[in-house]
Amino acid sequence: MRLSDLPKGAAAVVVQVDDTQADDPIAQRLRDLGFVAGEPVRLVARGPLGADPLLVQIGSTRFALRRSEAARVSVQVDSV
Amino acid sequence: MSAGTLRIALVGNPNCGKTALFNLLTGGRQKVANYAGVTVERKEGRFVTPSGRVLQLLDLPGTYSFDANSPDEQITRDVCEGNYPGEAAPDLIVCVADATNLRLHLRFVLEVKRLGRPVVLALNMMDAAKRRGIVIDVAELQHRLGVPVVETVAVKRGGAKALIERVDGDIPVAAPAEADDAASRAGLHEQVRALLAATVTMPRATAAIDDALDRWALHPVFGLGILAVLMFLIFQAVFSWAKPIMDAIQDGITALGVWVTAALPAESALHSLLNDGVFAGLGAVLVFLPQILILFLFILILEESGYLPRAAFLLDRLMFKAGLTGRAFIPLLSSFACAIPGIMATRSITDPRDRLTTILVAPLMTCSARLPVYTLLIAAFIPSRTVWGIFNLQGVVLFTLYVVGIVSALAVAWVIKRFRKDKSEHALLMELPSYRMPHVRDVALGLWERAKIFLKRVGGIILALTVLLWFLSSFPGAPEGATQPAIDYSLAGRIGHVMQYVFAPIGFNWQICIALIPGLAAREVAVSALGTVYAMSGTDDAVASQLGPMIAHTWSLPTALSLLAWYVFAPQCMSTLAVIRRETNSWRNVALTAGYLFGLAYLASLITYQVARALS
Repeated sequence: MRLSDLPKGAAAVVVQVDDTQADDPIAQRLRDLGFVAGEPVRLVARGPLGADPLLVQIGSTRFALRRSEAARVSVQVDSV
Repeated sequence: MSAGTLRIALVGNPNCGKTALFNLLTGGRQKVANYAGVTVERKEGRFVTPSGRVLQLLDLPGTYSFDANSPDEQITRDVCEGNYPGEAAPDLIVCVADATNLRLHLRFVLEVKRLGRPVVLALNMMDAAKRRGIVIDVAELQHRLGVPVVETVAVKRGGAKALIERVDGDIPVAAPAEADDAASRAGLHEQVRALLAATVTMPRATAAIDDALDRWALHPVFGLGILAVLMFLIFQAVFSWAKPIMDAIQDGITALGVWVTAALPAESALHSLLNDGVFAGLGAVLVFLPQILILFLFILILEESGYLPRAAFLLDRLMFKAGLTGRAFIPLLSSFACAIPGIMATRSITDPRDRLTTILVAPLMTCSARLPVYTLLIAAFIPSRTVWGIFNLQGVVLFTLYVVGIVSALAVAWVIKRFRKDKSEHALLMELPSYRMPHVRDVALGLWERAKIFLKRVGGIILALTVLLWFLSSFPGAPEGATQPAIDYSLAGRIGHVMQYVFAPIGFNWQICIALIPGLAAREVAVSALGTVYAMSGTDDAVASQLGPMIAHTWSLPTALSLLAWYVFAPQCMSTLAVIRRETNSWRNVALTAGYLFGLAYLASLITYQVARALS
C-alpha cells in the first residue's frame, strides 16, 4: 500500500521509498527525513482542497507531503 | 584559554531554534549579507566570553542533511568542510538539535560528526522537553556520541550558559572523518534508533497542545476560516495603522525640505533639487517603512509561532495548480498592501525556482499605491449607478480590476510553469514545527534586519532614481514667455511627446505620456504628475479634485479605460524593481519582470482601447 492511500488517522509502518526516476532527489530526501524501513507513520490530516497535501507524522515530526511525494512511500498497515 | 578569535559555525535542522540561540548570544551585534552570487543569507555575529575570548559566530542556513538539495545546504556543507571560497574553515561546529525532536535531529548530528571536525552538540529547547516529560540521559548521549553535549534554552536569558562555558574551554577533539556514501548514509538511522533507545524516554511522540491546535488550524472548514480571519485582521491593521504614519512621514519630510531650503531662492535649481529631488526621494523611501514593518511584524509572529507552514499546508493545492507553492500565499497576499514587503517575504520559500516565480508575479497583485489612480479615473469616468439591483457600478469596476490582477498572476505563474526548461518535480516536503510562543527579541531583531535591508540596499536605488526623474522633469527649464507648464519643455516632456507615437494606439495623449515618467517613482505619483502637466497647483487632494472634472472633460472613455488597464499591469514602480534586484541579485530578473509587465500592460491597454472605441 502507498502512504498516499492511507485513510485519515490510520497508522502504518514504512516498507521502503521508491525512486520514480534514476537518482530521484525527492525519494532521497524522504529517506533522509526518516522514511526508512520499519519506521511507524500516521496520516494525521489532509489538505482541505482535493485532500492534498497530506500531513504525515513520523516519529515526533509532522511533514506536509503532496500526494505525488507520499506515493513514493510504500507502507504496511498493522493488521492488529 | 588563549586569546584570539575563535570561529564557530552554528548548524542544525530547520526549526531547531538555531537562530534564536544566535540572537541570544550575539544580540544586536549581527551582520547580515549574502553569499556571493546566490540569494542565501549570511549571518555573522560576535560574542566575547567571560574569559575574554572573542567568538565569531556564523549562523548557517538550517538544513536536514548534507545530501545537498538546495543552495542553502550546499553552502552549509561547503562552509563546514572549509571548502567555501573566501570563508575560513570554522574552528568549531556547534550543532543545535531540538531536544523534543531528537529522532529527526540526531541524524544530522551524526552527519556533522562524520565531517571529522570539532563538534559540540547543543540540546536546545530543554525547557520544552522537560515540560513534556522527555528524559534525556545527557551523560550517556555524550559518551555514545563521542562529542561534548550541552543543554540550552535559547528563549531564556542565560539559557546558553552551558554552551558559553563549553566553548570557553578547550576545543574538543574531532572524531575521525568518515566516508559519505549511500551505504553509510542508510546506516545513520540505525544509529539514531540505537542512541534514542539508550538515552531518551518520551511519554508521547508529540505535544498534546500541538495535536489540539492542529485539529482546529488544519480543519478543512475551521482551518480555512481561521486563516481568513487572521488575514483580514492583518490587512485591517496594515491599512489602519500604516496610513496615518505614512501621511505623517510624508508631511514631515516635506516640511523638513521646506525648512532646510528656506534660505535658498525659491526659483533656484538647488531649491528644486533639494525639495523635489532629494527630499521627495527620501520621502519615497521612508514612506514604505510603516507598511513593511507592520506587515513583517505579523509575518514574523506567524513564522515564529509555527503558523506560517500551516497556512501553506491549507493552500498548497490551490497555489500548486497555478505553478506556485503553498508558501507563496503569504508573500502574494502581502503584495496587496505593497509588493515590496511581499517580495521580501518570499524568503520563506525555500525552493529557489518557486521563489523566483512568486517574485515575478507579485507585482500583479493590486497594491495600495494603485488605488489613488483607480479612484481618480473611476470617479471621473464610471457613472455611479446601481447594477444588478444591489451593486454600484464604480465598485464593480474596482473589484474587477483586483480580480484581473489576481487572475493574471495565476495565469503568468502557469505560463512560467508551462514554458520553463526545468520541468522536474519540486517537492513540498515541509515540516510543520511545534507551536511556539513568539519571542520579543527574535521578532524585534527580525524587524530591525528587514528595515536595515530595505533602507540600505533598496533606499539608495530609489533615492538615486528619484533624483534622476527630478532632473528629467526639470531640465531644460521653460524659456522666457513660456505658455505651457515647465515640465512640457523638459527632457521628460520631450520624451513624453516622442512616447506619444508609441502610445497613440492605446489611446494615451501626450499629457498622460509625460505623467508616466515621474510616475515611475511610485504609482500614486502619476496623479500629482498629471496635475503638474495640466498646470494645477495645491495639495495632492486639491489637485486630485480639480483633475477629475478636467480629465472627464478632455479624455475619451476608451482612453480612461485603457489607462486603468495599463495600471493593472505596468511595472510603474521602480521601488519594486529595486527590491527584485536586491532579492534575486540579478538585473536579468529585473529586466524580465519589467519587460513582461510592460508587454502585458501594452497589450491589455491596446485591446481595451480598441474594443472600447469600436463599441462607443
